[in-house]
Amino acid sequence: MAGLDFKDIDKRFGSVVAVRNVNLRIPHGRFVCFLGPSGCGKTTLLRLIAGLEQPTSGRILLEDKDITDQPAHQRNFGMVFQSLALFPHLTVEENIAYSLRIRKKDAAACRRRVDELLELVRLPGYARRHISQLSGGQRQRVAIARALAIEPRLFLLDEPLSALDAKLREDMQLELRMLQQRLGVTTILVTHDQREAMTMSDLIVVMGTDNQIHQMGSPLAIYRHPADTFVADFIGTSNLLKGVYRGGRGEVAVSGKTLNVEVMPAGVTAGSAISISVRPEDIFVVAGAREGENHLQGKVAFVRDVGSSVEIYLDCNGFQIISQSTPKGRPAVQQGDTATAVLPPSACVVLTA
Amino acid sequence: MITDKPRGLRAHLPILYPAVTLMVFFVIPFGIMLAVSFFQREPGGFYTTDFSIDNYGNLFTALFGRVLAFSIFISAFCAALCVAVGFPFTYLITRMRRRAQVVWLVALVSVLSLSAVIVAFAWSIMLSQTAGVSNLLVWLGLMETPVSWSPGFWALTCGMCYIAFPYTVLVLYPPLSRLDPHLPEASQTLGASPVATFFTVVVGSLRSAIVATLIMVFAFTLGTYLIPQILGRPQHWTLSVLITDEAIYRSNLPFAAAMSVFFMVVSLALVGLTMLAGKTRKPAPQ
Repeated sequence: MAGLDFKDIDKRFGSVVAVRNVNLRIPHGRFVCFLGPSGCGKTTLLRLIAGLEQPTSGRILLEDKDITDQPAHQRNFGMVFQSLALFPHLTVEENIAYSLRIRKKDAAACRRRVDELLELVRLPGYARRHISQLSGGQRQRVAIARALAIEPRLFLLDEPLSALDAKLREDMQLELRMLQQRLGVTTILVTHDQREAMTMSDLIVVMGTDNQIHQMGSPLAIYRHPADTFVADFIGTSNLLKGVYRGGRGEVAVSGKTLNVEVMPAGVTAGSAISISVRPEDIFVVAGAREGENHLQGKVAFVRDVGSSVEIYLDCNGFQIISQSTPKGRPAVQQGDTATAVLPPSACVVLTA
Repeated sequence: MITDKPRGLRAHLPILYPAVTLMVFFVIPFGIMLAVSFFQREPGGFYTTDFSIDNYGNLFTALFGRVLAFSIFISAFCAALCVAVGFPFTYLITRMRRRAQVVWLVALVSVLSLSAVIVAFAWSIMLSQTAGVSNLLVWLGLMETPVSWSPGFWALTCGMCYIAFPYTVLVLYPPLSRLDPHLPEASQTLGASPVATFFTVVVGSLRSAIVATLIMVFAFTLGTYLIPQILGRPQHWTLSVLITDEAIYRSNLPFAAAMSVFFMVVSLALVGLTMLAGKTRKPAPQ
């Protein structure tokens, strides 16, 4: 089924480029996250969808219909703002029913729908409260209910959880995801929190500080096979090693050592500069200086033991290797010890950009 | 929040200054006026100390009632007009870029440097038959012959609104510029057109600011006595004109004082009623 299409979208504010050359297709009924550091244009992209901004060039299509010039109030999308933007002079009920009143729905239908939505966001009995009487999490739910009142064609969320404390945020992530699965509404969430994006989405769109899309794919695909060093670094923690491809069956020179990688992407010729990305959880650390395939010797610079996991920071002649293990698999090393990091060739992902 | 009560003279010192100021400049003069309003006028002289309510009894005339009603009407009318024009105007200013906002505000504030005399005479010339805007309309072919619009009700309205408008904008500017720009955006994503957004969200969420501004402009225009004399006909003279007349030209200070006190009480009652009506609904108890 068709979804939302971006065709060559550019957005400039004066001389500042906010979004550059975006071509994107968002399938119907999915939960999509726009993920990137601040200033990457992810919020601008969402505002373009909502009709709150006009693209400098390019078209936006919904179900194959051009909506680029349609004003925001005719699009029938639900949006939750970062500041929530609840109307302070209205009660919970009036806030949620706002879009229905604007569409001249009769009072009884409005009340039924409000009750239904309050049930959905688990706030029954709060209809007559004022916004100022609600906690942060409750306001969040009201904002979500308000955006869903008209059964929107698209559900847009602009970092709606960033103001909540960590525990509540994690709960809301699950709740929001399950709500979306129940309703089946195409949802786009903007966030800078990669954990949030991994938790909630079917698809992640990674945007970089160059205001372009770097990669789009399922959370695990992006985590396992980052398209470039930016994505590898931004999504999770990554050990990035710069090296030169020597040739042969995937031999890479990395600061005086040779590392073997299992898969060398097609088109990489001997002598070209590449990067190797290895996830910390794929690296083993053993005590003492050992020799062998993909063994890097170093000194333990720091041990971060947070109970649920152990991270070992290894100083290997100028570059740092971070290894992560479970408490059970914790190697017997202390800060200052000599140790060896083992990088399995299958875990070494080669990046050309 | 400070919960401890101040103890001793030293702790009370900071509130001494506003208390003294209030006493010297407001309470004492008002007390004198209140006292004078019960005194007896001495024909050909000044007044004698007395306690009579004759001055208040003399207020109940058709003339006084008519002038009082007109004064309140013209001030309320100007307040409504200023807010009706000033609110969208200020809203548009707050949506502009910083630099443009400063230019507009400086231009408005510079209007305040003009005295009421200059403003009144400028309007009387602009609305006159010989040199006024009607000549411009004749030249444009919109009118047959130039006419005089001053003095008259609309000339008076123009003059009073001109004086009050900068204050209206300056009072409305802070709450409007603090309005979360996401509120109007949110209402648009919920299906409200820009016009519906303006009335349901911008006006709605700033109700108390609007009421406060209405009261401010109303109280401010109640005191004008110069503009009605220049831009209005005798039937447009406000109570302030009548009081000035009584106090200065007829030397009947006790009667002028009684009028002032009565005028103030009526105005305060009206302000109180407006505040009551404009009060935002109380949240439902839970």
